[in-house]
Amino acid sequence: MIYRESGQFVTTYGADRRIFKLWQQRWALYTLLGFAFAVVPFIGNDYWFSAILIPFLVLSLAGLGLNLLTGYAGQISLGSAAFMAVGAFAAYNFQLRIEGMPLLLSFVLGGFTAAMVGVVFGLPSLRIKGFYLLVSTLAAQFFVTWVLTQFGWFSNYNSSGVITAPPLVIAGYDFSSPAGRYLLTLGVVTVLAFLTRNIVRSELGRHWMAVRDMDTAAAVIGIPILKTKLLAFAISSFLLGIAGALWAFTYLGTVEPHGFDLSRSFQILFIIIIGGMGSILGNFLGAAFIVLLPILLSNLSANFLAGVVDPGQLENLQKIIFGALIIFFLIKEPSGLARLWQLLRERARIWPQRF
Amino acid sequence: MAAIPLLELQDISLSFKGVKAINDISFTVGQGEICALIGPNGAGKSSLLNVINGVYQPDQGVIGFNGKSYRKMQSHQAAVHGIARTFQNIALFKGMSVLDNVLTGRNLKVKSSWIEQAFNIGRAPSDESTQRQKAEEIIDFLRINQWRNSIVGTLPYGLQKRVELARALAAEPRLLLLDEPMAGMNSEEKAEMSSFILDTQREFGTTVVLIEHDIGVVMDLSDHVVVLDYGKKVGDGTPDEVRKNPDVIAAYLGTKH
Amino acid sequence: MDFFLEVLTGGLLAGLMYSLVAIGFVLIYKASGVFNFAQGSMVLFAALTFVSLLERGVPFWVSFAITLLAMIVLAWAIERIVLRPLVNRPPITLFMATLGLSYIIEGLAQALWGAQVHGLDLGISDEPLEVGGMLLSQFDLFAAATAGALVLVLSLLFNKTRIGISLRAVADDQLAALAVGIKLQRIWMVVWAVAGFVGLVAGLLWGARLGVQFSLSLVVLKALPVLIIGGFTSIGGAIAGGLIIGASEKLAEVYLGPMIGGGIENWFPYVLALLFLLVRPAGIFGERAIERV
Repeated sequence: MIYRESGQFVTTYGADRRIFKLWQQRWALYTLLGFAFAVVPFIGNDYWFSAILIPFLVLSLAGLGLNLLTGYAGQISLGSAAFMAVGAFAAYNFQLRIEGMPLLLSFVLGGFTAAMVGVVFGLPSLRIKGFYLLVSTLAAQFFVTWVLTQFGWFSNYNSSGVITAPPLVIAGYDFSSPAGRYLLTLGVVTVLAFLTRNIVRSELGRHWMAVRDMDTAAAVIGIPILKTKLLAFAISSFLLGIAGALWAFTYLGTVEPHGFDLSRSFQILFIIIIGGMGSILGNFLGAAFIVLLPILLSNLSANFLAGVVDPGQLENLQKIIFGALIIFFLIKEPSGLARLWQLLRERARIWPQRF
Repeated sequence: MAAIPLLELQDISLSFKGVKAINDISFTVGQGEICALIGPNGAGKSSLLNVINGVYQPDQGVIGFNGKSYRKMQSHQAAVHGIARTFQNIALFKGMSVLDNVLTGRNLKVKSSWIEQAFNIGRAPSDESTQRQKAEEIIDFLRINQWRNSIVGTLPYGLQKRVELARALAAEPRLLLLDEPMAGMNSEEKAEMSSFILDTQREFGTTVVLIEHDIGVVMDLSDHVVVLDYGKKVGDGTPDEVRKNPDVIAAYLGTKH
Repeated sequence: MDFFLEVLTGGLLAGLMYSLVAIGFVLIYKASGVFNFAQGSMVLFAALTFVSLLERGVPFWVSFAITLLAMIVLAWAIERIVLRPLVNRPPITLFMATLGLSYIIEGLAQALWGAQVHGLDLGISDEPLEVGGMLLSQFDLFAAATAGALVLVLSLLFNKTRIGISLRAVADDQLAALAVGIKLQRIWMVVWAVAGFVGLVAGLLWGARLGVQFSLSLVVLKALPVLIIGGFTSIGGAIAGGLIIGASEKLAEVYLGPMIGGGIENWFPYVLALLFLLVRPAGIFGERAIERV
């Protein structure tokens, strides 16, 4: 028994709605957040911030966005990166063209722009279902990158379509150091993750899952299908748009439209498959996995397999491993790492007994 | 039979790719009545339910509900007017818990907007508690408390049928359409389900239209029986009247099942 | 007008290539309901294996036979390792599994044979030939003939042989097919192997034209709109869809390009497919099922 739950009773419906019904779990979460906000900025080094923590956080947010659409609302999409691109380029232009635009507001506006584009490409979802919807999201993927490359206005006539992050200043505080960029990203992702958690556990979240599980029945009990689907596209694209803006501003600093190509969309899809569809935590686990695996592989091969594995082969190896993992998870654990974590937690509650 | 009519079907016809599934059917269901639709397989019973709540649109005919006439229904519109139903092959949201399924059944009663829910402000907190309370009442009523948090897809068939009824009842419907609520059940389960249907009618005054093959159950349960055969109505009346109707005997009751 | 016709025929012939990839897609979709995203990487794998063998001095037909054997082994492995454990899972899961599969096959192909571009010469000259006052590439005509022959062989296979009849039974109703004693797994393996063969033919033709390189696997992205327009279950539809996409994207590039900017070939097929979907959700030749509840 690693921790115990005796004596803790739920007495109100409000308390019963909590994700973490035990104080030990809540306490663990608050400790983790406190550690991430107050301790990590002081003990982390630049490599950790720039190469691991920031991309991890941004990809978690992107996974969250796609998970709403695919994991909760059941609408498969291969166009996630397009909505990230819209968010990034919109936020950049709001910063560029409006004097004194606050940084956080430009993120939000970037998100709204992505949401609008998401709704446009989500409109066909009323008439077409399943695989057919791939066409709409792939159209978004190719069309958006084409527009952003074709029309110079979006990148302020930069010759190669590259946009550069504005100064990262909020209310007089400069966030441009690696630790500052990490804190900014962490703050944005934490707030959005909490809001998303509220949404998926509310009425709208239930509507999404109802449409996912059985859309005919959902219509019969009075759920407005079109509105539900479009809201899924809008909120999903909103989160992806903000993830895109963070990707450009706090992670890379400069980005071009092709930084948001189809392989990025695949990457985000893989995050939710590995992490767990229909789970909030899963996005974080999946993103951590996808950021850490390549680093782990290259370290392993540098240390133990030096000379055995050609560095050029590493990328192929990585592809094979990712592909194999996707299939493995789909076969063995369709609910992903999040489910494994849940099993582990249940085991901890009753340990050392097995049942 | 003398009750005020709630549902009036007039000359409903429906065909699929030229094949007539329903041919010119009219009948009336009174307020608070339990009406059974019987007939051999393929007689058009399920199609008729689908027409009533807007899954299919009829080629011709008028659907009268609660004093108003509709040329056709849309599913959403039917739900708003207070028509709920269950399906022949259970159509629950399999990935959601029993509680969430029942709560989803109450979707039209939710007052707060999704933005209020996201920030947990305004009407959202009290709304959520109200819906939860009502949902719990239904869960109590159908005695499925102990499976409240189970994922529906993992429950046995008989329980799923009950959860589906719970989801339909959660909407506080005026008219409840049940498509073979007792299919595949043993006699004990059938008795239990029958008592739930009777309780529903008595406690909430809900009007029920149900499709059922077990003639014994039908005769015990219903106030009114409509018999269909090959898309046509061949009998309509009280259970006793229908039992004696020679056309019905020829079409349906006479054959052994 | 001549210019228009030349663009049109050029587009139609390019479209035939899309059709070839789409046919492999249709076969698998019909028999197993799997939306096989890995079809493109199968084309890459086949072409890369073939050309690498050829470069190592293996004779043409031997290379062809070895590659075909490799595709059959691949089909067997896919059926065993991926499809069998995923029986009865939702189509969306199977689709995502083929995404993973495409990563594995691409990684494998490049790990085995390297990532450089290989030239491939099938010994057919690309000299233009004058037909009815128009200049047509000999190679394109050869490709068209091959596609035609392939369709003929496939339709014979499916309409006249025992395995073909079983396949159509499986496509119609898997459970019923099982009930009458058809071995589902064997059918799947055969179909994936045939799709591998079609992929090999497509890979050779494409490779000869554009060089054998990674971008071959991206052909699958063009095959998708082709399928949408032609319907997922009809080989004739795949051909027609390919021709429509090929011709219209070339025409759009030539006539619309100057107005709104170049490179619209990338997204034009998708927008076209989307318009088609809104008008005819099951494609030109597909059948729309009645939803039963």
